Amino acid sequence: MPLLEVKDLKTSFYTRDGVVRAVDGVSFSLDKGETLGIVGESGSGKSVTCYSLMRLIPEPPGRIDGGTAMFDGRDLLTMGQRELRKIRGKRISMIFQDPMTSLNPYLRISTQLTEALRLHYDIDKKAAVNKAIAALEEVGIPEAAKRVHNYPHEFSGGMRQRVMIAMALITEPDLLIADEPTTALDVTVQAQIMDIIKKRQEDLGTAVILITHDLGVVAGTCDKVNVMYGGRMMESGTAEQVFYNAQHPYTRSLQKTIPSLQTKGEQLYTIPGLPPDVSKPIHGCAFYPRCPYPKTGLPEGNRPDLVELNDGHCYADCRFCDSSAPIESVLSTDVPEETEAAGAAE
Amino acid sequence: MLKFIGKRFLQGILVLLGIYAVTFFLVAATPGSPFSSERAISPEILAQIEAFYGYDKPASERFITSLGNILHGDFGPSAVYANRTVTEIIAESFPVSLKLGSISLGVALLLGIPAGVLAAVKKNTWLDYVPMSAAMAGICLPTFVMGPLLALVFGLIFAVLPVAGWFGPEFVILPAATLGLYYAAYFARLTRGGMLEMLNQDWVRTARAKGVPERTIVWKHCLKGGLIPAITFLGPALAGIISGSFVVETIFQVPGLGQWFVKGALNRDDFLILGLTVLFAALIVLMNLLVDIAQVALNPRLKYD
Repeated sequence: MPLLEVKDLKTSFYTRDGVVRAVDGVSFSLDKGETLGIVGESGSGKSVTCYSLMRLIPEPPGRIDGGTAMFDGRDLLTMGQRELRKIRGKRISMIFQDPMTSLNPYLRISTQLTEALRLHYDIDKKAAVNKAIAALEEVGIPEAAKRVHNYPHEFSGGMRQRVMIAMALITEPDLLIADEPTTALDVTVQAQIMDIIKKRQEDLGTAVILITHDLGVVAGTCDKVNVMYGGRMMESGTAEQVFYNAQHPYTRSLQKTIPSLQTKGEQLYTIPGLPPDVSKPIHGCAFYPRCPYPKTGLPEGNRPDLVELNDGHCYADCRFCDSSAPIESVLSTDVPEETEAAGAAE
Repeated sequence: MLKFIGKRFLQGILVLLGIYAVTFFLVAATPGSPFSSERAISPEILAQIEAFYGYDKPASERFITSLGNILHGDFGPSAVYANRTVTEIIAESFPVSLKLGSISLGVALLLGIPAGVLAAVKKNTWLDYVPMSAAMAGICLPTFVMGPLLALVFGLIFAVLPVAGWFGPEFVILPAATLGLYYAAYFARLTRGGMLEMLNQDWVRTARAKGVPERTIVWKHCLKGGLIPAITFLGPALAGIISGSFVVETIFQVPGLGQWFVKGALNRDDFLILGLTVLFAALIVLMNLLVDIAQVALNPRLKYD
């Protein structure tokens, strides 16, 4: 039995301007110790998926419309608040995107670090603080015994994210949800933070859901990958399947945007257009308007379901364009000639 | 922290000195004198009275003398009430005003802050709408409307409370309610705003993700920061409660300082005006210092300097 099995999760926001279907039927599963990457552009529903699992969607306007999320045999989406609180912070922890705003500026680090421990375990204050110091040392905070009594504003952004990681893992949870943990940090710190998460995950055998739009990070750390777009999954499978045998035009386009995979001196590739407005009904394929492949038909009917290609590698069946050619051949026709000339001159 | 208090204390002394000087010379520059009256007084007698109170000397000289006296705790004689000193008048009526003021402030805080917290936590329910509508009404009604209204309802229609005088605990209720409810309304709105801002912070989501119960989120995570707007308003509120007491003390015939302020101004009782001004100014300076200390205590990002 997988640790977490999400089936057909649907979350919408009921706003004055209409219903925003932020997550529209997402399914995936995760085993103990595994790492799942969820990638996609901003607004694709990655974060809302994970907040829904933790029931952290502000209600109203948000509402979980359907689906199940079985965690250890119990449905996270329907359980009572009391039961849910026993899972939050103890068995499932979360790291948030912005370490500058995710720690309470009015409470000492020691108070915040020990809070989950004291809530979920029968442990006295002194022992909890000692555990907190050890946790800070493990994420590489110097002089932890002294620093533990400081306030968040006395730490830098990277240090605060280390504190967040220590705080999330202090209860040794079964599952860690990391919502873009490095987006708000500068590049040199990003790699350090990812290393810490990875190391602690190996130490504790924690399963991780990593939300990111950095495909490089996904390739380096994840066992499985979900590609999301417009509130749905476009492709899913092992990291290898999704990276080396990408099927969906959206996945291929995303790969194309990785800067290091592009020729030096060439203008960086961006997917033209904007993510779809999920408050309006989407017919056929959500990516259709931005798809670089030759169109073979008009997008009609329901959005395509995932079909299995082989061995767990699934993708949203693309019926409206001819995606048989490799993406380079599709895009090369669009590259203006002067760019090529400039590349040759170099 | 001691250094901070010492520095602010010295600043306060300077402020008081400035206030005293400005008030003194404004009073001195006002036409007429405390000793002019409808009755014709012979110039000799007037000269004798003026000499007794020191008014035969120029204002600058009187300023220096009176300043020296104040430093010794002597606010001078009343220029109108014979045989009474300003110090006596203050000693007699200040406890009354202090009692009324602190009970009013207590009403304002004990009613306003819990109402504000409740309204913020139960946002957009009747527990938010009802207290906040009442608070809006409370802010809109000046004390000189609220006072007589309360007197009418509780003093005349239900006839359960006395409407004037100062003879026992029950006499405190209506004036303290009039003054306190008005500021309770402000505190409720400020606390609601402060708490809502806190409850919408990202770190509240972090706390929820840790499994912290909602009650703990409100009291432990949000109250400190949520109280800051209300605490900041405490300084001006105290000034308002003091000056508001002029009106309320007059409505309910409370023998406090407020009535003396009014009498002093109407009678041109120079010494009384000056003495009360210094006293009120000192109170406000002191309260603001306490508010500043409280703010640093609440907000770890502030420092004493």
